[in-house]
Amino acid sequence: MRLVMTCVGTAVVLACLSMAAPPVVGQQASSPQFPPYRPARMADGHPDLNGLWQALVTANIDVQDHEARPGPHPEIVGAYGGEPPGQSIVEGGDIPYQTWALAKKKENFEKRATVDVSNDKTWHAVGDPELKCYMPGVPRATYMPFPFQIVQGSSPYILIAYQFTSATRTIRMNWKGDAPTDAWMGWSRGRWEGDSLVVDVTGQREETWLDRTGDFHSDAFHVVERYTPASPYHLLYEATIEDPKVYTRPWKMSFPLYRRMEKNVQLLEFKCVSFTEELLYGKFRQPNGDVK
Amino acid sequence: MKHRLSTSAPFYVVVAGLMLAPITITGQTPGAKAAPTKAAPGKAAAKKAMPGRTPWGDPDLQGVWNDATGTPLQRPNGLAGKDVLNDEEAAAFQEQTVFDLTRDRRDGGSAADVNRAYNEHWMDARRLKITSDHRTSLIVDPADGRIPSLVPLSPERQQVRAARAEANARFAAGLPKDHLDMSLPVRCIIRTDSPPYLPTIYNNDFHIFQSPGFVAIAPEMIHSARIIPLDGRPHLRNNLNQWLGDTRGRFDGNTLVVETTNFRSDDGVVFQGGNPATYKITERFTRVDADTLNYEFTIEDPATWTRPWTARIPWTKIDPGEQMYEYACHEDNFDIVHFLTGARVREKRGETAVPRPTGSAPAGER
Repeated sequence: MRLVMTCVGTAVVLACLSMAAPPVVGQQASSPQFPPYRPARMADGHPDLNGLWQALVTANIDVQDHEARPGPHPEIVGAYGGEPPGQSIVEGGDIPYQTWALAKKKENFEKRATVDVSNDKTWHAVGDPELKCYMPGVPRATYMPFPFQIVQGSSPYILIAYQFTSATRTIRMNWKGDAPTDAWMGWSRGRWEGDSLVVDVTGQREETWLDRTGDFHSDAFHVVERYTPASPYHLLYEATIEDPKVYTRPWKMSFPLYRRMEKNVQLLEFKCVSFTEELLYGKFRQPNGDVK
Repeated sequence: MKHRLSTSAPFYVVVAGLMLAPITITGQTPGAKAAPTKAAPGKAAAKKAMPGRTPWGDPDLQGVWNDATGTPLQRPNGLAGKDVLNDEEAAAFQEQTVFDLTRDRRDGGSAADVNRAYNEHWMDARRLKITSDHRTSLIVDPADGRIPSLVPLSPERQQVRAARAEANARFAAGLPKDHLDMSLPVRCIIRTDSPPYLPTIYNNDFHIFQSPGFVAIAPEMIHSARIIPLDGRPHLRNNLNQWLGDTRGRFDGNTLVVETTNFRSDDGVVFQGGNPATYKITERFTRVDADTLNYEFTIEDPATWTRPWTARIPWTKIDPGEQMYEYACHEDNFDIVHFLTGARVREKRGETAVPRPTGSAPAGER
């Protein structure tokens, strides 16, 4: 497997320098950029994934290669809204879209900053869900520029709590049942494969996007994630994605997650609903009413 | 499977007990300690063994718990002086509670009928039962079972409260000016995820996770988790505040003691309009047996109430087969647009009369 990564920041440079490490064997991280590693373990013998983690890739802007670009409305937000460049986290570089879906992605991008909630039936038709502070779904939640915390104990449930809009998801270990209903963060069933936590995610709401560029999926979206400890400070994150209604074949993304190491660092809240209400609901205000 | 239907209209969340008659304060006993928990009558024999500790040595609180009850937060005026009911009184009280809370009743005319909105199908049936110890209020201190009286508030805070009451009245009259006339629960910003955890009409589940050094509590509404460090670190400085506050915990024997401060000053964030600069809530989670956990909270805010006050709510472990589902509130919050477009239509028809605020909080108000 080839992994393309963004070499920014000291920690990442170290990871990039170690790309020459020999191939690993057995149950350890299968990525060539990390040397073999035997992780710390919980009482049940499985790796301890507890901690505050964050991606450093710019995939929330675009999971594929992207040049630096202005954000929406540069006449208002100037360089604040500018979006940095980044390399693709997709194996092989490109998402294998069906022809119609590629056109749909372009349309999504063109209308990414458009909001129209005047009709319940077309409520989700346009605009990036991130702009509207909607829960991001999986895998986008993993590479948004916000930390998340894994809480892994001795019960069959693992919590992942994300900073962005305080989204959470429960990973049900060795759970057999199908997703009972659709949810924005989906229905996550976990299992251990060697030192990797493998999470099968179905039942995601079809309205979530993969990035600000309009990459999308349908209600047939199926994500299989792998979290593999690669050092005391890194997890290798891999996701295999299939959706026969939108893509021509399954495809894969991968990137490292970094442990947040600041003294006393904690997951702070980013409840963004109040930051998007004016955009969503301002037009329904009483005419001539005071804007508070 | 009622928890599947959790994206339903946020307007109707009702904090049990907040809708009761105006507060009357009698017989306060400042500093009185809460009465010890009484064992549930007749249940002891059926109780399962208390689970032990986690592999790393903490009391094990992991699992999904439900806090629904029909016992009101504050003691109804008609029961002044009566903190615990005998079996006969409890049966009558429970019958009255069921009648008051049930949605499948047709008295009161069509307007009342419409206001009851969902029928019993949507509701948590557990809310129709009073606590097994037959208390008449969840508040155990002060002894009168009522929230203490307010201290004199500054003109600025009185102004904020009056403005809130006017916004609530506009909303209740179907004439909100804009989304800011709606409460934080209606706007899907805070619901039962901010302490104190109080029972409501539905979605009363809390999933407790633990890891070495942490306890995390994920309330069903709204999909947020409080992650509680147990390592004794200091609170955030007082210039960094959050919607759910800043939480620190420790185990005192078998009890998880959680102290939360640093609430944001946004209108409605602090419970019942407390002062964020002086407000502190201390919660105690004690597992009583395999299926029961006692949740107790004490609110202290000398800038708002004449004395601290404490409530206790039993939590019941839910059947492992009954899962907690995602409560996505904001994502499909059609209500806000419906309320606002409805208000604009009413204004065009000339309906602009808003009744004077009564001071009581509408459904969904914290």
